[in-house]
Amino acid sequence: MAVERNLLEINNLKTGFRFGEEYHNAVDGVSLTLKKNEILAIVGESGCGKSTLATSIMGLHDPKNTQVSGEIIYKDLNLIDLNEKLYNRIRGNDIGMIFQDPLGSLNPLMTIYRQIAEALVYHSDMNEKQIKERVLELLNQVGIPRPEQIMKAYPHELSGGMRQRVVIAIALANKPPIIIADEPTTALDVTIQAQILDLMIDIQDETGSGIILITHDLGVVAETADRVAVMYAGQIVEEAPVDVLFRDPKHPYTRSLLNSIPHELEEGEELHVIHGTVPSLQKLPRKGDRFRPRIPWIPDEAFDENPELTEIAPNHKVRGNSWKHFHFEGEEK
Amino acid sequence: MWKTIFRRLLLMIPQIIILSILIFIIAEFMPGDPFTGMIDPNVDPAQLDVLRERYGLNDPLHVKYVRWVGNALQGDFGRSFNYKTSVLNVIGERLGNTVRLSLLSTILTYMIGLPLGILSGRYNDSILDKSVIIYNFVSFAVPTFVLALLMVYIFGFNLGWFPSRGSIDIQANTFWEQFWSRLYHLILPSITTAVLGTVSIIQYLRTEIIDAKVSDYVKTARSKGVPIEKVYSKHIFRNASLPIASGFGYTIVNLLTGSIFIERIFNYSGMGNLFLESINTRDYSVIFVLVLFYGILGLIGTLLSDLILMAVDPRIRID
Amino acid sequence: MGFLEVQELKVHYPIRGGILNTVQDYVRAVDGVNLTIESGKTYGLVGESGSGKTTIGKTIIGLEKASAGRILYEGENVTNKARSRNKKYENYNKDVQMIFQDSTSSMNPKKRIIDVMAEPMRNYFDYTPAEIKRRVAELLDIVGMNAEAMYKYPHEFSGGQRQRIGVARAVASDPKLIIADEPTSALDLSVQAQVLNFMRRIQKEYGLSYLFISHDLGVVQHMSDDIAIMHRGRFVEKGPKKEIYNNPQHIYTKRLLSAIPDMDPTTRESNKIERQRVEAEYDAQEAEYYDQNGRVYDLLPYKDDHFVATKPNSSLQNESINTKGEV
Repeated sequence: MAVERNLLEINNLKTGFRFGEEYHNAVDGVSLTLKKNEILAIVGESGCGKSTLATSIMGLHDPKNTQVSGEIIYKDLNLIDLNEKLYNRIRGNDIGMIFQDPLGSLNPLMTIYRQIAEALVYHSDMNEKQIKERVLELLNQVGIPRPEQIMKAYPHELSGGMRQRVVIAIALANKPPIIIADEPTTALDVTIQAQILDLMIDIQDETGSGIILITHDLGVVAETADRVAVMYAGQIVEEAPVDVLFRDPKHPYTRSLLNSIPHELEEGEELHVIHGTVPSLQKLPRKGDRFRPRIPWIPDEAFDENPELTEIAPNHKVRGNSWKHFHFEGEEK
Repeated sequence: MWKTIFRRLLLMIPQIIILSILIFIIAEFMPGDPFTGMIDPNVDPAQLDVLRERYGLNDPLHVKYVRWVGNALQGDFGRSFNYKTSVLNVIGERLGNTVRLSLLSTILTYMIGLPLGILSGRYNDSILDKSVIIYNFVSFAVPTFVLALLMVYIFGFNLGWFPSRGSIDIQANTFWEQFWSRLYHLILPSITTAVLGTVSIIQYLRTEIIDAKVSDYVKTARSKGVPIEKVYSKHIFRNASLPIASGFGYTIVNLLTGSIFIERIFNYSGMGNLFLESINTRDYSVIFVLVLFYGILGLIGTLLSDLILMAVDPRIRID
Repeated sequence: MGFLEVQELKVHYPIRGGILNTVQDYVRAVDGVNLTIESGKTYGLVGESGSGKTTIGKTIIGLEKASAGRILYEGENVTNKARSRNKKYENYNKDVQMIFQDSTSSMNPKKRIIDVMAEPMRNYFDYTPAEIKRRVAELLDIVGMNAEAMYKYPHEFSGGQRQRIGVARAVASDPKLIIADEPTSALDLSVQAQVLNFMRRIQKEYGLSYLFISHDLGVVQHMSDDIAIMHRGRFVEKGPKKEIYNNPQHIYTKRLLSAIPDMDPTTRESNKIERQRVEAEYDAQEAEYYDQNGRVYDLLPYKDDHFVATKPNSSLQNESINTKGEV
């Protein structure tokens, strides 16, 4: 198989937020690649830095209170070095973004048509007629019935699922090679969620774009992703092809998470609970294994001083060596 | 839309009737009448009673109310005992002055408030923003009469730059002379009103802009690659101005009510001053019409505000 | 025989309009629902947003008014009496409690946890201050929290802790039924597991019942004995958990179940095909399962305690039994 060039390459990305005089890294040394035609899922619980990663790629942080370092390489450009004007050429044109709440992410005072058209005008010199044709084409593509009418509607006049289709249409407007979807189905009912996920996969088949799917929902991951990166406390703790991750998870966090999914229980059995809580950003340990306080029954020797993400099998990366010694509490290794 | 307006106007009729009855009753229970002030040893009390009888002051309440309504419907709102002329004439003379003063004050209020609100919202936590907050704080805390008196003292009395009382120079004859004289008289009171009136505009705009800046639709707009200036003009400002727009109905209505403090201190002969004088002289026919007028204006203001909101916010559609 | 009976419950909201602002029509949030709650069991109430599932819970607890129908508690008619001060309904008020999606939003932010939790105790029991303290500590312990937590304020806790406090407070009055409305929807997976575990432990310890309202079919499956699926303000299907999940009969239930993401990435393709098949079936058979106004039919017995809303006298029931027999 020929080595395909990566669409996007992230190297040692750190995004820190300012608290008083100090910066604390919500994303702390993340390296990732995204290929054409691939869905890369980033999974983690709230506060793990997955959404910050998305906004860092889009360059949407407030520069006054944020510090971004590392590399985000796209077409030989390091996006981090771009100024606002150049970044605006990338946003929407090369990277499209889909947000969680479809009602909130649309401007309530603008018609659907104007909101989609707005994505086009800054990246092309289409005339009014061409823009209208393209908007209609997009609405058809995302499966909106009666696009001529819907175009003139305001966001509140549409259902949640229809709004999310509009948001997707906006992201697709300029046929970007990369799409970032941040919890795209979390606010939707399960039947609508299925439709939206199917739509995203269909669109990918058509356009061959690479999708970064950020979610907390392991079910969504299992249904859509090709590759998965699990994040904990600002770092990737495990990265693997989707079937490997669900069949043979290694990192203690991944295993714990998969174990706490609600399912039918035997008499006397309980759902797995992870000890303690996720530390707040300011209280993150600066070194050592960040998951260590959550698995106190694992002996100290099991943890590295500086756990690195290492490839334990082709395409399967795990952080540190604690996974080799990990067993659930009360269970023999 | 038209259905709503029609229904709301229809609803106003019983509201106005109830309001007028209430005010009429309250006015009746006020101690004294226009002749109370004439009591002195030289006037025969019997004479006053004759006068009271002649003006119908001794009639029962409902008779007086029905008589008043009957006259009002023919455009006769009674006579002012104080000015010895019809109430409508009295109010008419003052209304023009008040409208001129309020119009200029309102324009100045928005001219100061809008840019300050926008700037402090956009660059929040900057030095500029902090200065605006201090200005806001002070202008909110200072009582109207204190600022008004200071303005009169400094710019009218000490520096002598502007007239400190009245609404026009009696020597002004030609149209342009009158125009400039009026404007000249307006400057101090309208600036005072404007400085005091900016608080809510600045506060609303600032917080709305700060909220809108971090809203999801702004994130969406930015991730489309819309330049930041356009994000502000097309997304943030429009959404942030909704509460201001809805308040505009009341603002228009306020043009007609006038300010008691400002008009009094600058001795400006407008509606506010008239109201105060009528109370002092127990000129009930004027008070009654004024209060009713304010009440009706309040109702219209609410309606106007709702209509403006309907016009600017597609989410609000009655019917 | 259940201790709480909901009979033909309807909650309608008027839609006003026209020149005189008169009632033009009704939103039928809940439109004829029957429910029997037995002690020690968990009833899952599942539906998508707007299905009316939350309204049922709120009506039982008295946050919404029933427009028609009855709620019987221990045989006594308590419809719309849940917030009554009348002594006659005191037991009902004490025995039915509710947990919300964000429990602390229903707590006074200026009150410490001990004050929040003491309130139901003072209302229903004659505890001394020392007893209250001991009891609060006991309740906090049951939900895995330190006794010191009682001197803190609601905002000092994380989302998961707040929900556990919510559970502890609901238990404080020693209720028979707790209505849990999306109690873990705002929580992360690992925190959700903890809250669900505590809820099950408490159930075992106190023998209480849950009415578990959720859109999350996985959580409901985990928690419930019996399940009712709601659509358009009515039940489309009702029965034991196993029956609903393994042998769904109503087209809407099938559609809902097929949309749940599967945790096994290898069955992705077949899931999708199955999902689209059910979706097509739903579109084709909608008329069979809803009347011409789109209203869900009345529930009819399918077998034993499994009920399905089907057209009266339709062949569907028999057919489904037949196909079942062939398999």
